[in-house]
Amino acid sequence: MLSRLVLRAAPAALRALPPPVAVGVLHTTRPLHTTQKSLAPVPPLPEKGGEVRHGLIPEEFFQFLYPKTGVTGPYMLGTGLLLYLLSKEIYVVNHETAAAACILTVIVYGVKKFGPDVAAFADKLNEEKVATALAMKNESIQTLQTAIEEEKKEQWRAEGHSYLFDAKRNNIAMLLEANYRERLLMVYNEVKKRLDYQVAMQTLKRQKEQDYMIQWVEKNVVQSITPQQQKESIAKCILDLKALSKSAHAAV
Amino acid sequence: LPAAVLLKDTKLMDVKLGQLGSWLAMRDFTPGGILGAVRRGYNRYYNKYINVRKGGLGGLSMVLAGYVVLSYMWSYSHVKHERRRKYH
Repeated sequence: MLSRLVLRAAPAALRALPPPVAVGVLHTTRPLHTTQKSLAPVPPLPEKGGEVRHGLIPEEFFQFLYPKTGVTGPYMLGTGLLLYLLSKEIYVVNHETAAAACILTVIVYGVKKFGPDVAAFADKLNEEKVATALAMKNESIQTLQTAIEEEKKEQWRAEGHSYLFDAKRNNIAMLLEANYRERLLMVYNEVKKRLDYQVAMQTLKRQKEQDYMIQWVEKNVVQSITPQQQKESIAKCILDLKALSKSAHAAV
Repeated sequence: LPAAVLLKDTKLMDVKLGQLGSWLAMRDFTPGGILGAVRRGYNRYYNKYINVRKGGLGGLSMVLAGYVVLSYMWSYSHVKHERRRKYH
């Protein structure tokens, strides 16, 4: 029974909390956003409170009596009531009355003199509070908007990644190509070196054979020249020389 | 033809004098009901006179005046010995 009471009273109690508190408290006993009237955004506070006349009696009382008694009705009622209370001594005039009169005089004088200043001061405090809250709200809105801008820029940047990857792919392809060509060149050089070696070997061999053959032929020829032949050839040379010198003399 | 409103849903200011007795009898006098009534009354007063942008003195002074009157009523049995006349 008590739990049913709590369940019945909780929404009313939550709704009955002053609006700033009610917004923060989570409504667990009621499904959210089914009724038309939702708590956010919070309605702004009313500008002025209910009218109170002479600081004691709400204006509704005067309005209630106005149709029947006019403007002076409530004052007549007040005067009559006061005289009745005094004459029947339902309100007893004693030392406390004098104390109350002094205190009330001082209070009324103080309110009349310093009322507006205190009101202005309190209004200024309230204004500052509201201004700081508003500034916080605006600042957070601003940060969120800049965050949105940044996010959009990041998305735009992400689109450019495809170009980056293309460039990188091109780089890698070029590296591979360069490496391949370098190795091709190395292979070519090695093969050429081996072939050159073989060619040089063959040339050297042929040359050596040639030299040796020439040497061998010369040696044999020199050996074959006998001393007899050497004398004959020398005599022939002398005769030739003589003939030549004769012809040379004749020419001169 | 005005729509018939249940006696349960009428406000106090709309109840006719003859219906007052039955209206009072039908109210919720359980502890939870009384607590709810007190809470509702407090919230009505609070939201009307105190929870506003530019509150005035009336909101607080009405509460103090009510406290003064109530305390006088509670101490009347003590005060009535200081009356000046015996018969009024």
